[in-house]
Amino acid sequence: MATPTPEIEVDRESGNFKYEESHKYDAGYGLTEKTIDYISDVKKEDDWIREFRKRALKVFEDKPMPTNWATKDLENIVFENIRYYLADGQRAKKSWDDVPDDVKETFERLGIPENERKFLAGVEAQFDSEAAYSNMKDSVMKQGVIFMGSTEALMKHPEIFRKWFGKVIPTGDNKFSALNSAAFSGGSFIYVPKGVKVSHPLQAYFRINAENFGQFERTLIIADEGSEVTYMEGCTAPKFDTATLHSAVVELVAMPGAKIEYVTVQNWSSNVFNLVTKRAIAHEDAVVKWVDCNIGSRLTMKYPGVILKGKRARGEVLSIALANDGQHQDTGAKMIHAADETTSNIISKSISVGEGRSTYRGQVHMPKHLKGCKNNTECDALLINTNSRTDTYPAITVRGNDNSVQHEASVSKVSAEQIFYMQQRGMSEGEAMSLSVNGFVNDLTRHFPMEYSVELKRLIELEMEGSVG
Amino acid sequence: MNSLTEEISVDSETDALAAVKSDFQEYLDILDTAPSWWKDIKKSAFEDYCALPDPSRKDETWRFANLKAWRGTNPEFSAMPSISNAQSLIERSDLIKTYSGQIVIADNQTIQAESISPELSAKGVVFTTLKKALSTHGALIKDYFMKQEVDLGSAKAAKLHTAFLENGVILFVPKGVEVEDPFIVYNWATSATVPSLPHTLVIAEDLAKVSLIEAQLSADESTPSYSCGVGHIFAGASSKVQLTVLQNFNEQSVGTQISSNITGKDALVKTLSVNVGCKQYRSETHGKIVGSGAHVEMLSLAVTDNDQEIDQRTLQTHDAPHATSDLLFKNALRDKSKTIFSGLIKVAEHAQQTDAYQTNRNLLLSSDAEANSLPGLEIEANDVKCSHGATTSQIEPEEIFYMLARGIDRDAANELIVNGFFEEVLERIDVEELAENVRQLIRSKFKK
Repeated sequence: MATPTPEIEVDRESGNFKYEESHKYDAGYGLTEKTIDYISDVKKEDDWIREFRKRALKVFEDKPMPTNWATKDLENIVFENIRYYLADGQRAKKSWDDVPDDVKETFERLGIPENERKFLAGVEAQFDSEAAYSNMKDSVMKQGVIFMGSTEALMKHPEIFRKWFGKVIPTGDNKFSALNSAAFSGGSFIYVPKGVKVSHPLQAYFRINAENFGQFERTLIIADEGSEVTYMEGCTAPKFDTATLHSAVVELVAMPGAKIEYVTVQNWSSNVFNLVTKRAIAHEDAVVKWVDCNIGSRLTMKYPGVILKGKRARGEVLSIALANDGQHQDTGAKMIHAADETTSNIISKSISVGEGRSTYRGQVHMPKHLKGCKNNTECDALLINTNSRTDTYPAITVRGNDNSVQHEASVSKVSAEQIFYMQQRGMSEGEAMSLSVNGFVNDLTRHFPMEYSVELKRLIELEMEGSVG
Repeated sequence: MNSLTEEISVDSETDALAAVKSDFQEYLDILDTAPSWWKDIKKSAFEDYCALPDPSRKDETWRFANLKAWRGTNPEFSAMPSISNAQSLIERSDLIKTYSGQIVIADNQTIQAESISPELSAKGVVFTTLKKALSTHGALIKDYFMKQEVDLGSAKAAKLHTAFLENGVILFVPKGVEVEDPFIVYNWATSATVPSLPHTLVIAEDLAKVSLIEAQLSADESTPSYSCGVGHIFAGASSKVQLTVLQNFNEQSVGTQISSNITGKDALVKTLSVNVGCKQYRSETHGKIVGSGAHVEMLSLAVTDNDQEIDQRTLQTHDAPHATSDLLFKNALRDKSKTIFSGLIKVAEHAQQTDAYQTNRNLLLSSDAEANSLPGLEIEANDVKCSHGATTSQIEPEEIFYMLARGIDRDAANELIVNGFFEEVLERIDVEELAENVRQLIRSKFKK
């Protein structure tokens, strides 16, 4: 097997570095009412937010782990050994020059400022619990777009955000949404006014720097009637020996005729438990598209969903998961049809390498009073090594005789003939494998924004190194 | 255990079990002529039954199911009723005319058991009732009775089945013996007070070939019955086994059928279930491949109407390489009926070159019908071809239009399409007489 070239080696480890911690505010280990008071005090939150957090804490404590259907690996999370809030007490900066050097350097190394100049309309960069940098192009701001941190937005624009906050994903939805509701900090709140089409993507970048830390960002995007927005998020963390927890809640509201595209490239280090709840409400004629790539983390459990609430609303999930040694990518999608003529499409591709395990879990629900609803689900899994593993667990409920669903899944391996063919033409086995795997995900990646599709291709090439044989 | 509420809940639980416990004690007393090892099997099964929890909403194996019919209902076990209409039941047992052996059972009592031909007996074929086999073929029962795992959710029901089991059939085909005509067993439910517990055990030794048809029927349309059946197939190397279960209990009844097969090297096992009856019916089918080169086919068709619920759980286990399995479950739903299909293909790490398919097709014929589909895969080997497909849809208006335009009225057009929908399964039935009977059954369901 060819060894990776030095250039590639650097890239592969691009997220694996850390700086000394210097946190002014540290809520300590474990999550109690005291921790919540501490977070609320530091953030100078209104009483209703504090109450909301405390109620959520009770729900979190009461809810059992979902291990009756999910992996037992969840039991390895020790909630007492996690720090729930770490911040330096500074407001997010509008200019990279004002960002503290080590934090700035972190994001420089990850290429964020460069990307911002090149193709982004706005960037928020979160470092542990709070945003270190937040800026939006003037032209976009002039259109009335709001793009700021969660607590700030709840206090500055309650009339917009409070109405939907916690409504798409109620606190009690699951144990980890309750945890997030209790400890949330950071994330983006975005409002796009009626008819505004944000020409370039808005981006959030999530970075965990500290050890034994839990990041609980909360994102709420509201696209008002006829507006359009693309939001991209990336995540990395240095690799620690101990477990890190990332548990986000992302709520999207697409008002009539609005379009939201939400792109995630998740490349957490392999000690991160990534337990994320993502859901959207799509009103009449609205379109919500989740593009979800999971490459990193130890265990990811994430099933982006769309509640198709208005007539002719459309939901889409395009998902790519790559599970390498020691990783379990438990991903999927939920489509809840709640209005006539709503359509949904789920395409999921997973690749299991080495001892990696990828799981697809899906839910499609069509109640009986609806007419003309359609769903298409395709899940393809590719197994590379003999000890790789893949599972598929869809759940489809259809009532009534005017709706239709189709679901297909297949599992296969890279065909020996293909590899042989390419080797005959002078490619190494590794290159051939890489090309073949890229071909497998290609019909999905071409739906991605350009920059991401290139990035993803490269990541897959890297992850595939050393996986043959 | 100090709190009042806990004590109450414990008490009420013992109450619920008390009735069935005394039923079981009475039952054991009646059994005094049975061999002691048989009684021991029953006692230990009953202990397990009492200890096992009822299915709960949290169990993935019971997802979407309406649990009311199963939970906390310890069925009554009164004394064996006398079968007054035995002769008419025997006459009505006429699904096929050509068979190698026929047994008719009503409420767990044998009402007809013709001896098999001297040629088959000479070859060592055994086709007899379980009741008789206890004294004549004790060794076979000891080796094979309830020796397959119940792993799809009805473990508790299976224990109840074992504890109260009265009768059933055993079909044993020795090494190298091929039997052309099928065997057939009828299980009639006639009484509301005695649960029907059909038990079918098929043992095919290496290179043997055999086919068995089991019909589960109600004597009339109005008496509600409870049935809990178990069917096990042991298919030796290179054997060929077919088992068809045709379930048409009346729509007052509740039933469970737990079926599984263990398939050896290069063996071929084909199971088919036809489900049209019961108010609520659950079938669990596990095809377990333990020898390389085996091929297992699992077919099912169901027509539901009114408020029927048919719950199907399947598992295809590949524990050996180079084997294939193919599952096809088709359901047509009318009125307010509901079906659940939950299937899983499990491929072990060493089961390379597996070829496994799983298809569930649901045809919704009314706006109140509900089809649930949970097709699953768990794959640990990499050199496999596995796929599943699930579709739920209705009859396309274009198809109806095509036929209307050719002078076929709407009802007839619908029926034709439904018939065509099932033909994919029906044409895989080897016994043409049986296939025709099933066609009739489907048609009659639409005439109701």
